[in-house]
Amino acid sequence: MLAEKYSQEINNIIEKYPPEERRAAVMPLLHLVQRDQLVIDRASMGEVAEILGITTTEVASIVGFYSLYYDQPGGKYRIQVCTDLPCALRGADQFMEQLCHRLGIEPGGTTRDGLFTIEPVMCLAACDKAPMFQLQSGEGIEYHENQTVENALSLIESLRAQVAHKGGHHRRDENE
Amino acid sequence: MSNLQSGNGHTHILLRHRDIPDIDNLDVYRENGGFKVFEKVVTTMEPGEVTEIVKASGLRGRGGAGFPTGLKWSFIDEHNWPHYVVANADESEPGTFKDREIMEGNPYQFLEGIAICAYAIKANAAYIYLRGEFWQIAERLDSHIEALEMDSILGTDLFGTDYSLKIYTHLGAGAYICGEETALLESMEGKLGQPRLRPPFPPSYGLFGKPTVVNNVETLANVPPIIENGAEWYQAIGTGKSTGPKVFSLSGRVVHPGNYELPLGTTFRELIFEHGGGIPDGRSIKAIMAAGASSALIVADEKALDTPMDYESVPDLGAQLGSASIIVIDDSIDIPWLVNKTAHFFSHESCGKCTPCREGTYWMMKLTERIVSGSGTQDDVALLHDVASQVQTKCLCALGEFAIEPVLSGIERFPADFEAVTKGKDIS
Repeated sequence: MLAEKYSQEINNIIEKYPPEERRAAVMPLLHLVQRDQLVIDRASMGEVAEILGITTTEVASIVGFYSLYYDQPGGKYRIQVCTDLPCALRGADQFMEQLCHRLGIEPGGTTRDGLFTIEPVMCLAACDKAPMFQLQSGEGIEYHENQTVENALSLIESLRAQVAHKGGHHRRDENE
Repeated sequence: MSNLQSGNGHTHILLRHRDIPDIDNLDVYRENGGFKVFEKVVTTMEPGEVTEIVKASGLRGRGGAGFPTGLKWSFIDEHNWPHYVVANADESEPGTFKDREIMEGNPYQFLEGIAICAYAIKANAAYIYLRGEFWQIAERLDSHIEALEMDSILGTDLFGTDYSLKIYTHLGAGAYICGEETALLESMEGKLGQPRLRPPFPPSYGLFGKPTVVNNVETLANVPPIIENGAEWYQAIGTGKSTGPKVFSLSGRVVHPGNYELPLGTTFRELIFEHGGGIPDGRSIKAIMAAGASSALIVADEKALDTPMDYESVPDLGAQLGSASIIVIDDSIDIPWLVNKTAHFFSHESCGKCTPCREGTYWMMKLTERIVSGSGTQDDVALLHDVASQVQTKCLCALGEFAIEPVLSGIERFPADFEAVTKGKDIS
C-alpha cells in the first residue's frame, strides 16, 4: 500500500544513500508513514522492512528508540510543550499546567474530541522564546514560540473549526 | 581582543542575516560575495592547502568539544574511499539554539562551509543530519540545495573542473544522543542512535564505515570567511587559543535572551549584563551554566562574571565552555529543583547502552525527585552524590559525564540549598 501510494517519494528517499546502504533510508521512510497515518502500525513496519531488506523487528526497534515516532495513536494534533530547564526558567511548567487545566486534561492526555494530545517534551532549541511548543500533525512539525495560554487556546479553537469545516475528516484521509 | 561586532549594529561574521536582509536568498548571498570562495577553492587550490588555512586559523569545533577543526580534517584516511562530510545539525542541548538561527537566517554560508570542507577532504557527498523537529528547516535547506544545483554550484564538473558534490538532508527523530558524533553516524545508517567504541574515530571509520568528517553547523559556517580573509585575520578575533567569533545562546533569567555573536573571550558580565540586559524583576544572579544542561554550576560571583568565555578560562571556574549555551540562574531558583530538571532530561535521553549512565541517570532523577518533594534527607543527598560519582569515567560517550556535572557541582557549591530542603528530615 505504502509502496504504491508513495512510489516516487520512496525512490527519492532511497536515492539519497549508496545502493548498498539502503537501510539508511529507514528513518525517512518512517517519517513518511507517520505523516500519512499519524501512527506507525505493525503492518507499515513490515512494509518498510520489506522495502529495505531488513527485519520488522529491526524497524520496530527504531520506532521504539526515537521519541518522534509513535506506535500508539494520539490526538490528530500533538501539542508538545518544552518543559526543560531553560524553558522552565521562563514559566513553561505553569504554561503547561494551565493549558491542560483549561482543556480539562492531564499532561500526556488527549482532549475528548480526540483532536489534541498535550505532552511535555525535551528541549526544542527555542529556549529564548519560551513558553513554546511544537504542533505535530500529518502536515509536519510547526513551532509556536513566545506563547501565552490564550494564544495556544485560540490556535486550538481555529484548528477545531478547520476540522469541523472539513466534516471531521483529515485532508489526507479523503484520498483513501 | 578585536573590536568586531555585535548586537550593536556592527558587522556579523556568522549571523550575517542580521546585517543583510534576505541573505537566505541565493542571489542576495551571491551579490554579497557568496560562493566566490568555494569557486576559488575548487579552481585554484589543492585540498590540502584549504585544510592548512583552517588549521592555521585556530578554529575549534563549535558543537561543544572544541576540537581543532583543521586537525580533524587532516586526519582523514587517504587509503579508504569514498569520503563523507556530515554536518551535525542535531542541536538538542538544553539552552542551545544557535545552529537553528544560522540555518534559518544564513543558510548559504553554512552550505558553502560544507562544500569547502567536502573539497578539502575530497568528498563528493555530504549529509546534513538535522534533529527531526527541524522539519521545516530541512525542507528549506532542500530548496536551497536545489537552487545551488540550478546554478551549477552543486552537482557534477563544478566550475569547469572534474570535481562533483551532492549535499543531502537527513532527519533524525528525537534523540539527544544523536548529537554525539558516532551515535549520529549509527543513526544515519538506520540503526539505534548509540555511540560507538572509539578509536577508530570517524576520520578513519565514519559513515558507512568510510572516512568521515563530522562538523557542527556553526563550525562549518566559520569556514568561508576564514578562507576568504585568511588565518591571520581570524586569529586576530578572540583570544590566543580560542580564536574567532562565537554565537552565544543566552537563556534563562535574563532580560533579553537570544543569540549573541561575540568574540571568544568576551566576559560573562558583558554578555549577561550589557547584551542580555541583566536579571529581571530586581533579582540578582546566583549561578551560570555555560554549556547548557551539561554544565557544572558556576557560582556567579564577581570573579566568575569577569571571566572570559573561552576554552581556557572557563575551566578555571570548574566548568567548561562547551557549546557556549549560557543559562542564567537567579536567586529565586532552588538548586535541587534545577538539578532535578537536568537529571530528568539526561535520564530521558540516555541511550541505554552503558549501564552506569542508564542506571545512574535514572536513580539521580528518582533521588532528586524525592529531595525536591521535601521527603528527602541528607542521606539522600549523600547517596545522590555517590551515585553521580560512580557514573564518572565509566561510559563510552560524554552523556553520563554531562549528566553528573550539575548534580555534583550543585551539591558541592550550593550545599545550603540542599540543607534547606532536607532540614529536620534525618531519620536518625
